Amino acid sequence: MTTTSTELTGEPATVPEAAPPTRRRRTGGGLGSYITVRFLLIFPTVFILVTTVFFLMRTTGDPITAALGGRLAPAELAERVAAAGYDRPLFTQYLEYLGQLVRLDFGTTLSTNQPVLEVLADFGAATLELAVYALIVAFVIGIPLGRFAAYARDRWPDAVLRVFAILCYATPVFFLGMLLKLVFSSSLGWLPANGRASTRTEILIQTSVDNPTGIYLIDAIKTGSGEAVRDVLEHAILPAVALGLLTAGVFLRLVRTNVIGTLGMGYVEAARSRGVGERRLLRKHAYRPALIPIITVIGLQIALLLGGAVLTETTFEWRGLGFQLSEFLQARDFVAVQGMVVLLAVVVAVTNFVVDVVAALIDPRVRY
Amino acid sequence: MSTAATTTAVPVRRRRGLPVVRQLKQAVGLQRGMLVAGLVLTGVFLLTAALADLLAPYGYNQLRDADGPFGAQQSPSGEHWLGTTVGGYDVLSRVIYGTRTALAVIVVGIVLSFFIGVLLGLVSGYFGGWLDRVLVVVADAVYAFPPLLLAIVTAIVISGGQSSLWGGIMAAAIAITVIYIPQYFRVIRAETVRIKAEAYVESAKVIGASHWRIMTRHVLRNATRTLPLILTLNASEAILTLAGLGFLGFGIEPTSGAEWGFDLNRALSDVTSGIWWTSIPPGLAIVWVVLGLTLVGESLNDLVDPRLRSRRAADAGETGEVTVVPGGTLGAGPAGLAGIEATR
Repeated sequence: MTTTSTELTGEPATVPEAAPPTRRRRTGGGLGSYITVRFLLIFPTVFILVTTVFFLMRTTGDPITAALGGRLAPAELAERVAAAGYDRPLFTQYLEYLGQLVRLDFGTTLSTNQPVLEVLADFGAATLELAVYALIVAFVIGIPLGRFAAYARDRWPDAVLRVFAILCYATPVFFLGMLLKLVFSSSLGWLPANGRASTRTEILIQTSVDNPTGIYLIDAIKTGSGEAVRDVLEHAILPAVALGLLTAGVFLRLVRTNVIGTLGMGYVEAARSRGVGERRLLRKHAYRPALIPIITVIGLQIALLLGGAVLTETTFEWRGLGFQLSEFLQARDFVAVQGMVVLLAVVVAVTNFVVDVVAALIDPRVRY
Repeated sequence: MSTAATTTAVPVRRRRGLPVVRQLKQAVGLQRGMLVAGLVLTGVFLLTAALADLLAPYGYNQLRDADGPFGAQQSPSGEHWLGTTVGGYDVLSRVIYGTRTALAVIVVGIVLSFFIGVLLGLVSGYFGGWLDRVLVVVADAVYAFPPLLLAIVTAIVISGGQSSLWGGIMAAAIAITVIYIPQYFRVIRAETVRIKAEAYVESAKVIGASHWRIMTRHVLRNATRTLPLILTLNASEAILTLAGLGFLGFGIEPTSGAEWGFDLNRALSDVTSGIWWTSIPPGLAIVWVVLGLTLVGESLNDLVDPRLRSRRAADAGETGEVTVVPGGTLGAGPAGLAGIEATR
């Protein structure tokens, strides 16, 4: 890996992306060079996004005028704009902004006067927790159903499941969330409607756990109170289902398509001709290889999940990054919005890298 | 490929007309059912948008009639079939007028992203070189970004959060454009790169056809195989993005237009107190439209390509080549078109 990286660092950062895969294949690039190239790709990706977001956000004016325009006297406004340095040439500001980012300074929110990185530290765990729950829901629902749909191909269960998958996609997460709240919370009263835990549990966690992780389930387990764990889980069910079903539909379709695809492969035919039963064919031969593309897709799902998390968190008042982002949006705090968007872009780029590497480790065909 | 026989100059709507009839005749069984259901749902949506003035009992921003104010959160009655919102508007009327906003966003957003994306993809794939490389990197970067966040940023830029009707529509439409350009770009570019090596392109060059003519006549016409699918899926995605923006408070103000996502945002607190009629109708309207468009897109995808018609999944690897982008996250695996869809 080190040898290949020195070999590659001589190239400009943008070249690996555009370099035709055939060339790399000819030079016999292995896993090491794939990972290196893929890692280097993070930088142009993030750089382009940062640049795009920065210039887009500044084409309309500076964030202070956007946030406070009309509420302050023009003179006072100009003073604050100058104090924050927003009256300087745009390119100077851009360079300075890049410099800040390199030092991991994502800006300070206008409304709460808090570094954006701190917002991430405070609320990132909540979003992570929600995303993990949602992925679990997606796996548990999507993969077995997709396998079943492939098994029942072109018969009525397949038709029902395909329509179900489309419905999962067609229903906005926030509408699904509101429906769930109406049914299970307002009407039936089974589950709590809002928040990550009841106030009692939150106080219990704050008082009895020394170093709270911010992931409530872990914190609740640490308190040793079964009631707290139950409370946290009850709060998590509805948001997790709302967000998870979105991804479950994608998984269902993907597993179905891939299992049907692998069922037509030569080696499955060969196994069938040896007298292997249909069920065993499906379970042992077709199913497992069909799961590999899921790993790649999870990477893309992270972006979708983050977008969905913003909406789900707003629906359920789940105090995570998405909820904060929508609060900042309502407050017209565009410095905070910009910081969080850039931060999330970095998160997405890095997660995609990790997922691609995992996919390459599992499936040798992925490499260049 | 006859279904794809069109040039960029033909409006988006018209290009779907004839092919759909053709597919309808071809389809059998479940596929036919899905296509018909999708067409019916979409047709009702379009009709509602066209006849909104006749269908809606009240205006979208009407707060009172001859008998006085409507009152807030009134439950469904003879006068207000679906009750009134927390702001005192008639829910049914707002749902009906919402179709217009939705249709406007779809048309503007799709037309913009379609033309820009297809043009860039053609030029990039056909000429190659440094422009191609730069465009691919940029498209990939945008593609990997959470669409909703991008839409938020764009909406801030366009409207600064202040929303008139057309300000709101343009904000959502341009946000959608920014998100979808890379998709058209990727698909068309990949196809162009493949097609430009074909013998008939060589022949056209030999007889002295201009670059523009080769691009539009020879390459584009053969590169549009997956476009109907992307078009319909993007149309439905456009609705979801518009609703998401509205739900986050970037909607169109209720006085200047009706928008379902914004209404759902206002209905959020009603849900906790068990008021169902402010949230379910606009939500179902969104599901209705998205479901209709998606069903049409899905069925077209299965039917447009003869190879996919009978055994769609087995050939997924074939269509997969369209989505492969150097260094892209969809690099391998038989995900195929499911891979494209999976990115929303």
